[in-house]
Amino acid sequence: MDARGQILSSIRMALQRTASTGDAAAAVARRLAQPERNLIPARTALDHAGRVALFQRMATIVQTTITTVAGPEAVPAAVSQYLAANNLPAELVMAPDPALDVYPWADQRLLTIRRGKALDRDAVSVTGAFAGIAETGTLMLVSGEDRPTTLNFLPDTHIVVLRADQIVGPYEEAWDRLRRAGAIPARGNLPRTVNFITGPSRTGDIEQRIQLGAHGPRRLHIVLIEDPTPAP
Amino acid sequence: MEATSRAFTANVRQALGNETLQQALGKMRAGFPLARAAAIRRLPEFEALRDQGKAIKDHTLAHLDHYLEAYERAVESAGGKVHWARTATEACETILAICQSVDAKLVTKGKSMVAEEIALNDFLEAHGIEPVETDLGEYIIQLRHEAPSHIIAPAVHLVKAQVEATFRANHTDLPEDRRLNEVGELTDEARAVLRQRFLAADVGITGANLLVAETGSSIIVTNEGNGDLTQILPKIHIVLASLEKIVPNLEDATTILRLLARSATGQEFSTYTTVSTGPRRPGDLDGPEQYHVVLLDNGRSTMLGGEFQDMLRCIRCSACLNHCPVYATVGGHAYGWVYPGPMGAVLTPSLIGVDAAGHLPNASTFCGKCESVCPMKIPLPRMMRAWRTREWKLRLNPPRYRMGMKLWAFFARRPGLYRLAGAVAIRLIRFWGGRKPGFGWLPFAGGWTRTRDFPAPQGRTFQSLWAEKQRSG
Repeated sequence: MDARGQILSSIRMALQRTASTGDAAAAVARRLAQPERNLIPARTALDHAGRVALFQRMATIVQTTITTVAGPEAVPAAVSQYLAANNLPAELVMAPDPALDVYPWADQRLLTIRRGKALDRDAVSVTGAFAGIAETGTLMLVSGEDRPTTLNFLPDTHIVVLRADQIVGPYEEAWDRLRRAGAIPARGNLPRTVNFITGPSRTGDIEQRIQLGAHGPRRLHIVLIEDPTPAP
Repeated sequence: MEATSRAFTANVRQALGNETLQQALGKMRAGFPLARAAAIRRLPEFEALRDQGKAIKDHTLAHLDHYLEAYERAVESAGGKVHWARTATEACETILAICQSVDAKLVTKGKSMVAEEIALNDFLEAHGIEPVETDLGEYIIQLRHEAPSHIIAPAVHLVKAQVEATFRANHTDLPEDRRLNEVGELTDEARAVLRQRFLAADVGITGANLLVAETGSSIIVTNEGNGDLTQILPKIHIVLASLEKIVPNLEDATTILRLLARSATGQEFSTYTTVSTGPRRPGDLDGPEQYHVVLLDNGRSTMLGGEFQDMLRCIRCSACLNHCPVYATVGGHAYGWVYPGPMGAVLTPSLIGVDAAGHLPNASTFCGKCESVCPMKIPLPRMMRAWRTREWKLRLNPPRYRMGMKLWAFFARRPGLYRLAGAVAIRLIRFWGGRKPGFGWLPFAGGWTRTRDFPAPQGRTFQSLWAEKQRSG
């Protein structure tokens, strides 16, 4: 018997049964086809404004920095200011994501922007995000044709543009949004890479002293676009 | 990895006499438990999540065959391939064949305990392929030709000066007069050296913290981002995982992730949690062209249905190590194989045999702390006791130990005689001790008195004092 057959039969022998049928098989099929939420911590049971505040608080605890802007038109200037304030070059690689095209980058004449995946020499990257998760101040980024994953890991500085309406409470809400977005129409069809990112890279491997920038970005900065104020 | 678990007693003696190790362990003892306790205080639902985590794993193990089959279908529908491996050798050979298919010379690796278990690095090296560990701690010990001494902090047995010496001895193309005194300088140097390795690698191998049957995904959790650079840059990503890493769906995985980082380092969530599904898609600008999963059994399937099944719930968080008074005193290397601490004391005999590892379950005071902090509520003390019973039945203990136990058992089964003998012995020792507060030497108690005094009894046995206390209410 081949390895696969032998492992499966060894499992069945240990469990003292053959392949399950009836109720047991149905329970497995249901759990695969219709996943149900388990317990969700109460800390995320907040209104939207509360979640945005929680997201900012939790992200800041893990050394993510955040600039808040009032609208999309202010995003490029916020990026330029961040780079200048941290003595970083005004040169960046940006995801070819059309969602980032809505920001007026041309206004920032001193900013050099290349669109594409990250190369080793890139010092700063700019990407969007799929969601912000308030529960732990975590960003969720998904890969795709115009969202290369290298941008999230190779450069020393990773800047993420996030809209407040992308902030959800618990991780489960982000999964639901991904499912609704049709990203999981059938099994095995998640985006190639889903990254949950909670702060800049770090290590505690030498004498348990936390050091930022082990292999991934040393700095993680979010430009957060506030919700539009409702017209009076 | 050659197991030296049989030599546990000698290993321990060596560890206790190793001043640098004791210094390093001293730094560990306080950190992890305090961080975990603080994280749990911030999450009132932690206990309820533990119950759910346990239930998820119990359900999955009861239907393991079905979830593995569903997982395999999902991996394949995403364009990946699952390879089943019964033994360590099969897993190594499968990985080698994949590497050879692209004529790979350099392989980067994310941290994987299963890779340690199957001694993958030695195997690849023997076949002309260079494996490079990329987790900082794992990289340091690879340079030193050592095994990890902790599951999540593999170089916890080392101090900074040793890391500096290791880097100076190995990074010989860097200027000799460079500063390398601070943790930051050491980390930066490793970052720069390993960055070039990431970019040059032909194949990236990671482990998996979880496999998701619903989506055919593998999940890795790191703080450094090394696992991500390992898997997105080379042409091929190989995931090496043991069978029991599987969970039914993303919601179940999420529940376990809520437990993992808090139990391990006391973080709310690790810096990077990455869910990978298949190879790069059409149009993708990066990501591996091939995605392989090597699913390892290596004795796990036979643990199902028996008294050690609960061990298969383990998520390798290290909480049991971090809270174990024995681990904190002797460190991980003394355990003599891949998995140290209480989880190792239970798992190692299951994987390499009680004859090779039978002594490990004795390395416990049975204080019960391991079980009380285990996010998966694994009854570690009960299982250590079960191994002790087997060790006894197989007559693996040394003859003197067996004689002593038999003598003690003779009295213990006869309570009247036990009380009488206890009272007599205690009076004798007291009489013999005169006014001394303790003994530097006693017959049959050399193991105790070698390192500390045996306090002189005050004249009554515990049982008689207890009985009196009960009577007086």
